[in-house]
Amino acid sequence: MTPHILTRSLDRAATAFVLIVAAIGVLIPLSNLLLPQGSMFQVPTYLVALWGKYVCYAILALSIDLIWGYCGILSLGHGAFFALGGYAMGMYLMRQIGSRGVYGNPILPDFMVFLNWSKLPWYWYGFDKFWFAALMVLLVPGLLAFCFGWLAFRSRVTGVYLSIITQAMTYALLLAFFRNDFGFGGNNGLTDFKDILGFNVQAEGTRAALFLLSCLALIIAFLISRAIVASKLGKVLIAVRDAESRTRFLGYRVESYKLFVFTLSACMAGVAGALYVPQVGIINPSEFAPANSIEAVIWVAVGGRGTLVGAALGAVVVNYAKTFFTSGPLAPYWLFMLGALFILVTLLLPKGIVGTFNSWWEKARHSSPDADSAAREDGIGAPNAAE
Amino acid sequence: MNVMDTRATSAMLYLDGVHVSFDGFHAINNLSLALEPGEMRAIIGPNGAGKTTMMDIITGKTKPDEGTVLFDGTVDLTRLDETRIAELGIGRKFQKPTVFESQTVQDNLLLALNVDHSVRGTLFWRGSKAESERIDKVLETIRLTDARNRLAGSLSHGQKQWLEIGMLLAQDPKVLLVDEPVAGMTDVETHLTAELLKEINRNHTIMVVEHDMTFVRELGVKVTCLHEGSVLAEGSIDQVSSNERVVEVYLGR
Amino acid sequence: MFANCIDRFRALFLSILLLSCLTVPALAGPFEDSVAKFANDEFSDTEAAIGEVAASGNALASPIISALQDGRLSADPDSKKVFITRTDGKIVDAATGAAVDKLPDNAAAVRLNNRLRRTVEAALGGLTLLSPDPAKRLAAAQSVFKSHEENVLPTVESALAKESVKSVKQAFAEARAAIILFKSDASDSDKLDAVAVVKARGDQEALALLTALGADQPPLVANAAASAVSSIQSNLAMWSMVQNAWYGVSLGSVLLLAAIGLAITFGVMGVINMAHGEMVMLGAYTTFVVQEVIRSRYPALFDYSLLIAVPLAFLVAGLIGVLIERTIIRFLYGRPLETLLATWGLSLVLQQAVRTAFGPTNREVGNPSWMSGAFELGQITITYNRLWILCFTLAVFAILLAMLRYTALGLEMRAVTQNRRMAASMGIATSRVDALTFGLGSGIAGIAGVALSQIDNVSPNLGQSYIIDSFMVVVFGGVGNLWGTLVGAFTLGIANKFLEPVAGAVLGKIAILVLIILFIQKRPRGLFALKGRAVEA
Repeated sequence: MTPHILTRSLDRAATAFVLIVAAIGVLIPLSNLLLPQGSMFQVPTYLVALWGKYVCYAILALSIDLIWGYCGILSLGHGAFFALGGYAMGMYLMRQIGSRGVYGNPILPDFMVFLNWSKLPWYWYGFDKFWFAALMVLLVPGLLAFCFGWLAFRSRVTGVYLSIITQAMTYALLLAFFRNDFGFGGNNGLTDFKDILGFNVQAEGTRAALFLLSCLALIIAFLISRAIVASKLGKVLIAVRDAESRTRFLGYRVESYKLFVFTLSACMAGVAGALYVPQVGIINPSEFAPANSIEAVIWVAVGGRGTLVGAALGAVVVNYAKTFFTSGPLAPYWLFMLGALFILVTLLLPKGIVGTFNSWWEKARHSSPDADSAAREDGIGAPNAAE
Repeated sequence: MNVMDTRATSAMLYLDGVHVSFDGFHAINNLSLALEPGEMRAIIGPNGAGKTTMMDIITGKTKPDEGTVLFDGTVDLTRLDETRIAELGIGRKFQKPTVFESQTVQDNLLLALNVDHSVRGTLFWRGSKAESERIDKVLETIRLTDARNRLAGSLSHGQKQWLEIGMLLAQDPKVLLVDEPVAGMTDVETHLTAELLKEINRNHTIMVVEHDMTFVRELGVKVTCLHEGSVLAEGSIDQVSSNERVVEVYLGR
Repeated sequence: MFANCIDRFRALFLSILLLSCLTVPALAGPFEDSVAKFANDEFSDTEAAIGEVAASGNALASPIISALQDGRLSADPDSKKVFITRTDGKIVDAATGAAVDKLPDNAAAVRLNNRLRRTVEAALGGLTLLSPDPAKRLAAAQSVFKSHEENVLPTVESALAKESVKSVKQAFAEARAAIILFKSDASDSDKLDAVAVVKARGDQEALALLTALGADQPPLVANAAASAVSSIQSNLAMWSMVQNAWYGVSLGSVLLLAAIGLAITFGVMGVINMAHGEMVMLGAYTTFVVQEVIRSRYPALFDYSLLIAVPLAFLVAGLIGVLIERTIIRFLYGRPLETLLATWGLSLVLQQAVRTAFGPTNREVGNPSWMSGAFELGQITITYNRLWILCFTLAVFAILLAMLRYTALGLEMRAVTQNRRMAASMGIATSRVDALTFGLGSGIAGIAGVALSQIDNVSPNLGQSYIIDSFMVVVFGGVGNLWGTLVGAFTLGIANKFLEPVAGAVLGKIAILVLIILFIQKRPRGLFALKGRAVEA
């Protein structure tokens, strides 16, 4: 990528976000590994894994925001891409178990031995190599999104119709992955992982490294999204979101733009899923449940759609709240709260936390007497400040 | 195509025997029309006469059930989609002003510029001096230089109409289809718009749909009156407005 | 003989034995002789005894042979007496039926080998053939049809001659035909007749019987059997089509019922109501509450519980629908994606509310008597609850259609569907129409819940299992046209049931989803879409 794209995308807020995520990515693992246990500043290992999970969710939220916030495509099936990435990683981790499984079969994972399968199905070939699995993490969700999007966008399936068929897509995958004969462990999914690249997945050091990697992936995903949003491509996406047919009449091939961001977004979701699985230790078909995908959409809505920082923030805030409430005495009321969150955010806070803050900030700035001229000078260099 | 009417080869836009129906309703009925290169044509007619549907057909939004639609004498527009037709050089202003409200005036024009419209091209786009000069020029033409960094959504109705015309200019098409450009404008604005269109007409072919007869008269161009999906009368504004059928179905005087 | 008895039996037993021995000479005849053969401990004698006892028509024949089958028949080789140990432990003399105190010391169970066991089974079949209960006779005839044991042929023939119940007589005729088919010495013409009878029966068992017929048959018979097999096969294939079609229509009616309310709200208001499934669930819980009240207070009314529940469910769900529209949805018009999210949130709240109030587990909703049971139609079974649901669905559909066509609200709803802005400028209070439409859609979901409570588990998740299918129906059928929903529901229902036997239930469902996704690409607005400029606006 040419440097001008990078410089253009790094405004003050973006730089601050990158620096904060980088600091968290370094400090939390360091405190976990270096400080003595029980120290006030030592982050316990379970928290490292939990926050690692949040970071993966933040990547998923970014991917949803990229298509929904900027291009107006509401996917209710993005959990499917997340889960596919997760399964690709899970398959690598399964094959790393080797003969340490319950049945001790060096090639076949336990569930296949249990099902009396005599040999590995062809689609499990290659997953013993990390580079192959890593490639599949990008390729499988990307390819599915490409095919799905190619069909849908070319036929101009838009709005709620698109949302519903994405939901049907993840539902179909949910049903398929629940089947034992599909070859992905049925409803138990893939679990009991031992190592990743030769390191024990349970070890503190591995967990710390995975956390750092997740933060790095979040930064990269953020920068890619930021570069897209700040480019002319980003303006076209917003144009498509606001007035699709007008954009067409200007001579833009709208379906190509949609297909590009949709596929890219699916790849990002796949990476999020792949980082999620070793930290959580399991991947099963329930990740495909339509409810999960919709929940991920609400993270973005809470944080503020159309603001990348907001999407990431929303994922962390909502999931932190989920962990907090579902583990306490308020657990039975969590679904009430989540449901109310959906309703209240759409009704009262349509711009989300960050979006509302931004417009409040803009208003505060504009209320000063010479704001108009200031904005004019400001705008030429950074026309995207408001986005 | 050998036996093609000679007019068809020379016309910029050529429609012949076009039919469209929606669920049994004949929106366009044996419509035939030709627009010469460099011509400006005003289209008038009552509501439901098929004016907007005709524009939909030319720009590829609606496919005709039968009939010929040719651009530049050779290109069959019925086989192409909106994007391709726009790329060929047919620009359109909508009846209801449609600008990208959440983007600045300047960005609206930037999006309209007829430069590389591919995904790759826009992703790696970097502004050039030529582009910003063109935008400056258009802004000046549509009198929005001072509003260049305002969000398009915050413009007045008339300004939005002009911004949309400005987007057409930035697009620099061979043919401009302009649907009701002066709806909701003050008299002064209407006059300025007429001047603007005449100015643009110097090097563009224009088809303009309008109800405002003062405006049409001010343009001083050939007028076509549509009724129930086909041409009712064609000629100068005086000829058309004295046509008995036109008076009966449209002007009502 | 007498002396032996006195030697062997105790004093108390003597009188009984005397009595029984005294009766023996009086009844002495072929039956007693036959029974005595069991005591010879020779397989050939046992076989002969089975045949003779079975053919005797004696009331003891059946207990004797079933005792033999279960190893409860013992014989004293010395006295040649045979005893039955009844299942309740009492012992009787097999020849006379007289009670016996205790088995003689050297009495031993009558032995059987495998060949004899088959004979015993056939004999038992033959015995029940003569039972006074027509249902038992029918069952026996069916079992003979399957076993086609040659040695019950005389019994079958005599039973056939005596039989007066038509269906049982038919069964006997088929049983006889089955035996003749496998009888090596039957004449060709008899066998041809038999093939014709079996062919006329035409079910899976007839097919099994004919295919089991060996290749050693005379060519004439073999040909007739082969043609009968293919005729039965095509007949059965036809019935299995009918069966699938019925299952499909039944599923389609359920889908239609669940989707119809959604079609109204989506069609008229362009609102995707993700909480639609929860309205269905509320209807089902209303049925549960109605039945609980009836059970505890007015048990006699139970058969009317559904009739009471239908209007109540409509009211409950409809009022909640209006409430939702007034408090949430009306603020989100023109923002369909946000509406989708808000109603999803609502569905979570409603589910959790029901879970809190009624518990997370399935609640019991009973079928009234007129909804239980089934009847046979040709080769298929139709359950009453499915049939009633189909009728109910069609009735709801017809009423709704009439309402849209002939009432003022219906006219306004159609106007708003076709062109909202135009309708508003014509003086239609679109916001009132919206509220009523949403209430109507929700109310119909509620009565769908009453029907679904009869065939599905009533749990807080009830709605979730229908929502995606309902969406598929609406999207497939096209928006703004109830006929599209009807065609969509039945097409999907039937397609699903025809795919199921080929691909399995889950893969069939996946295939349907994939097909719909592909179909939407082809016709983005469904089967019956409105056309024209207004739609795009």
